[in-house]
Amino acid sequence: METAPKPGRGVPPKKDKLQAKKKLPHSKSKTRSRVEVAEAQEEEISVKAARSELLLAEEPGFLEGEDGEDTAKIRQADIVEAVDIASAAKHFDLNLRQFGPYRLNYSRTGRHLAFGGRRGHVAALDWVTKKLMCEINVMEAVRDIRFLHSEALLAVAQNRWLHIYDNQGIELHCIRRCDRVTRLEFLPFHFLLATASETGFLTYLDVSVGKIVAALNARAGRLDVMTQNPSNAVIHLGHSNGTVSLWSPAVKEPLAKILCHRGGVRAVAVDSTGTHMATSGLDHQLKIFDLRGTFQPLSARTLPQGAGHLAFSQRGLLAAGMSDVVNIWAGPGKASPPSLEQPYLTHRLSGPVNSLQFCPFEDVLGVGHNGGITSMLVPGAAEPNFDGLESNPYRSRKQRQEWEVKALLEKVPAELICLDPRALAEVDVISLEQEKKERIERLVRNRPLSAQALLTPTSSPHHVPRSAAQQGYDPEAKAPFQPKPKQKGRSSTASLVKRKRKVMDEEHREKVRQSLEQQPQRQEKKAMPLGSRPSALDRFVR
Amino acid sequence: MSATRAAESLLALSQQEELEDLPKDYPLSASEDEGDSDGERKHQKLLEAISSLDGRNRRKLAERSEASLKVSEFNVSSEGSGEKLVLSDLLEPVKTSSSLATVKKQLNRVKSKKTVELPLNKEEVERIHREVAFNKTSQALSKWDPVVLKNRQAEQLVFPLKKEQSAFAPIEHVLSGWKARTPLEQEIFNLLHKNKQPVTDPLLTPVEKASLKAMSLEEAKMRRAELQRARALQSYYEARARREKKIKSKKYHKVLKKGKAKKALKEFEKLQKVNPSAALEELEKIEKARMMERMSLKHQNSGKWAKSKAIMAKYDLEARQALQEQLARNKELTQKLQAASKSEEEEGGAEEEDELLVPEAVNEVQMNADGPNPWMLRNHPSDAKEAEIQKDPEQLSEPVAHEASESEGEESPLAEEEILLKELEERRSLRKKSGLNQDSEPVGRQETKDSSSQEVLSELRALSQKLNKENHQSRKQKVSSARTVLPVQREEPAEEEEPLLLQKRERAQTLEELEELGEEGCFQDKELPRPALDGQQLERNPNNQPGAPKEKTKKEQMIDLQNLLTTKSPSVKSLAIPTTIEELEDEEEKDQRQMIKEAFAGDDVIRDFLKEKREAVEASKPKDVDLTLPGWGEWGGVGLKPSAKKRHRFLIKVPEGPSRKDKNLPNVIINEKRNIHAAAHQVRVLPYPFTHHQQFERTIQTPIGSTWNTQRAFQKLTRPKVVTKPGHIIKPIKAEDVGYRSSSRSDLSVVQRNPKRLSIRHKKQLKKNSVD
Repeated sequence: METAPKPGRGVPPKKDKLQAKKKLPHSKSKTRSRVEVAEAQEEEISVKAARSELLLAEEPGFLEGEDGEDTAKIRQADIVEAVDIASAAKHFDLNLRQFGPYRLNYSRTGRHLAFGGRRGHVAALDWVTKKLMCEINVMEAVRDIRFLHSEALLAVAQNRWLHIYDNQGIELHCIRRCDRVTRLEFLPFHFLLATASETGFLTYLDVSVGKIVAALNARAGRLDVMTQNPSNAVIHLGHSNGTVSLWSPAVKEPLAKILCHRGGVRAVAVDSTGTHMATSGLDHQLKIFDLRGTFQPLSARTLPQGAGHLAFSQRGLLAAGMSDVVNIWAGPGKASPPSLEQPYLTHRLSGPVNSLQFCPFEDVLGVGHNGGITSMLVPGAAEPNFDGLESNPYRSRKQRQEWEVKALLEKVPAELICLDPRALAEVDVISLEQEKKERIERLVRNRPLSAQALLTPTSSPHHVPRSAAQQGYDPEAKAPFQPKPKQKGRSSTASLVKRKRKVMDEEHREKVRQSLEQQPQRQEKKAMPLGSRPSALDRFVR
Repeated sequence: MSATRAAESLLALSQQEELEDLPKDYPLSASEDEGDSDGERKHQKLLEAISSLDGRNRRKLAERSEASLKVSEFNVSSEGSGEKLVLSDLLEPVKTSSSLATVKKQLNRVKSKKTVELPLNKEEVERIHREVAFNKTSQALSKWDPVVLKNRQAEQLVFPLKKEQSAFAPIEHVLSGWKARTPLEQEIFNLLHKNKQPVTDPLLTPVEKASLKAMSLEEAKMRRAELQRARALQSYYEARARREKKIKSKKYHKVLKKGKAKKALKEFEKLQKVNPSAALEELEKIEKARMMERMSLKHQNSGKWAKSKAIMAKYDLEARQALQEQLARNKELTQKLQAASKSEEEEGGAEEEDELLVPEAVNEVQMNADGPNPWMLRNHPSDAKEAEIQKDPEQLSEPVAHEASESEGEESPLAEEEILLKELEERRSLRKKSGLNQDSEPVGRQETKDSSSQEVLSELRALSQKLNKENHQSRKQKVSSARTVLPVQREEPAEEEEPLLLQKRERAQTLEELEELGEEGCFQDKELPRPALDGQQLERNPNNQPGAPKEKTKKEQMIDLQNLLTTKSPSVKSLAIPTTIEELEDEEEKDQRQMIKEAFAGDDVIRDFLKEKREAVEASKPKDVDLTLPGWGEWGGVGLKPSAKKRHRFLIKVPEGPSRKDKNLPNVIINEKRNIHAAAHQVRVLPYPFTHHQQFERTIQTPIGSTWNTQRAFQKLTRPKVVTKPGHIIKPIKAEDVGYRSSSRSDLSVVQRNPKRLSIRHKKQLKKNSVD
């Protein structure tokens, strides 16, 4: 039985066809056949993947107003009335006014919910059945809370240190190397818990072995805006100078820095495919950036009072918490960024928002605020089809344990985190070149003297620069043209030289032609006014 | 007479010959006694010539007269005969005798027989043998090349190669060896035999077989008849088609075509009534044909035939007609068919519909009525039109007015304003309805209030927008032709149809923006920081000259950072507004001031960032190496600096690397440092057949893991290259396995017979190569 590719983990974006069709350098037939086989395989596999989408039986829900009706006007009560009982039960409010603003987190399967109040209240529950797993008061300020790889472990950033509890509420660890933690992020495939602290350090803790993998100094003061890019596990930090920096545990400096706002950055969120990043800043703007190499804003909007919290859903809906109001924007399709013109849904809460997260595989948005927890219904937010082997909401204890072993076996090393994970499938060209160079140098040392002497005068300056020829011998280099001996007096020295020159000239001409071909393109680029659309009348312009 | 003449001629000839022969025959030493011997020779030659006159070629024998040079003990000459002396001639007697013939024959035989050559030495013989053997074996082995290639390219090889046929021993065999022993079995067999049931071949009874055969014959007959009929029909149709194709009458074809077209039209009309979707498809087809026509030059009177006809057209009426017909056809094909929608029908009368259905191109032609070729017009439309406008504006204004009257029935801008007012009223009524609806909904009082006030504003805004548009139109009218007006006016009904949609969009606008919009324009998207849109705007109003130099300054950095961050993005006014803001909203001025303050508070953020970026760029640049030694080759000392020339000479400039990724992205700093930890996991050696890393990357770019693939694809991708069955002997491949006859084995045996010799040869070859 075929199973569909797992929707939970982002399918690595295939190189787009244009790039794929880029001409490869000339190759031998053997190589060509290999490449052809690989291409045929790719084609076949993609066809299979497309066909297996039939097996994804569930379809995403959606909300559609009658003609002219604004979906944003539809209130939660209306939705609850309209939907079936099971779905209606997913909308609930927890009135917890005593222990201050709440942070919340859903487990990866979307089945469990953990929340922690500022004044020390920590609880975890199976939110679907409303069965409480544990409820404790840590008697200390709770800054953030997060499930580790499964719902059995819970990391809580407390006033002083980072603590880890199990699902009974028993404290398992107190990690003193992570102190004054403000935000937590868990990278599920790397088993890394990333912590951002008041002291300005970004610390990666490997929870499978209990080691700190990297502690990076961001040099940007207090860190309290953090999110992860689910597609490449890069951590995004927002800073008070309006920049967002991208971090990997393998590199001591930020992978990239993006200037997003004129004021400080208040919230950052990255969508599940890793293509869009939403940021909001003190300048009351909400911007959506393209993360695919250019890091340019795609759209921007000024909000009456900037958004303090942002969250993307699995299907690309964007939720923003602006004091006590939650706005949700939807895009036209799954891969497209949410259009900020018209909110899809709005909801008013009893207190200012302190935390936002969409529940995976459920059309639910969890909001932690001053007055407790609210679970909102957002039709069309979540991926309707879950992968039973990857994150199964209905799994039993035994299944969970088995999955845990498998996930640990498949753990991705922390040093593989980089901006473009596809680069890992590429050849390390720099060391390849280096090794080639070294080999060339080594070869000349081992060659007999006579060969050296032979080599230096014959190597034509056109192919190998003289210095290179003296340095080494490249067995792969194109041999200089040696005219064939001919008969009937045609092999005189003069004619040999003539023939050689002919070939040399031809090569030179080819080079010049290529460089000339490139030049007009450059000129055209210069001549074109930036961004203007080409017109048919351009050809008459002089 | 004739004889004497011949003699004369011969005489002359002999004299000539003699002159020629002279230096040859007589060496210089014998020149003294030339005179007398000359006369003698002449005489003799004459005699000879005379004697040869009788036709028979007599054997002339040299008469030996003197023991001179001619006969000597060293030289045997055959003077006179003109032939070389051969050994056999000497043996020949004067008269041919039979006794000597045998000797002569023997002599000939001896001469023709060759001697037996020396046998080649051993090495050479062996070499030849080896070569032959090598050729033979390589030929024999080359038969295996395709097999080897196939096996190499095979995705998977399963060993042992020969699949053991799961032995289904035929039941007869099983049964023949089996005998009924027990009484029960015997009884059963008896029964079977009695009823003629098959015991050995259990498939069919003889009766069944017989019936089956009979059936097959019948069927065969029927089938044959059917085939015959089909063939006859086919040939008939073919013949008919051929006949019709051969008809040369143009008129016939024309009629045929017309008939077809009519039929198609009728069918289309029918379709339109019965099945509108299919009709739409048909329409699309027509549209496509139109497009093709527009693309092609098929009926443009530009072909060879048309050119020839055009020459004739002056004199020949028929040619002219043919040309006209072609053009008409072109027009017909390029005509734009419009499915008259119902809304349009309702709005306008029948006249209007007609007008709408008339294509633009036709209108144009009618207006100008100059040249029949629409292409001529399209080539320089703007020029021609402008010229026209300058010539007589009246003529132009006429069609405009005409069309205006068609659509609305009014002419002046005043009237247009009236229309707008009407629209406003309509909208108000609509809004009232919606307002009522809203009131019924308990959304929240501030929301409704807000929305109603918003709507008034939006009304105003729409009005101003309209006015703006009108202004634009009037301007456009001056510039462009009547054609552009038409679509604009067509837009209006569409807008009227969906006022709600418009309102929705406008609700988001704030008051300040409204004011701005009154002045500037009406495009919401404009304010997005997109260079493309900027460019468009520039195009839109070319009068705006000061925009151009600005663009130039921007060239260096693709996107201006300042612009990027300070662009005012349209603000959202959602239905629910945070409570804190609500209180503030009344004091709008305060809010605005705060906004401005906030916008410019972090002004140095940009400067800081740019500085940081510059530093990062500098840090990542490779540094030049300065190898100058002060005081080397010139005067040294305190305060002396090496000369510029020297510095220039010893400065090793680092080649410019690839440009930074963030070169054109002013708001981004991308770290260019290499991730060494990740690089350790990358491939750093190209595997064998690949010569370029891109080729190899192409083969490994598809993910293999089950996370990204379907189960079956995963299994296929990770299939092992070689599969062996446990407990089976893998025998070497045989000719029979791959479908060759076993004869090729005998060829192979050559190899096995003298493998030693072959190996020697290979060694030699290797040696030779190494020497080379």
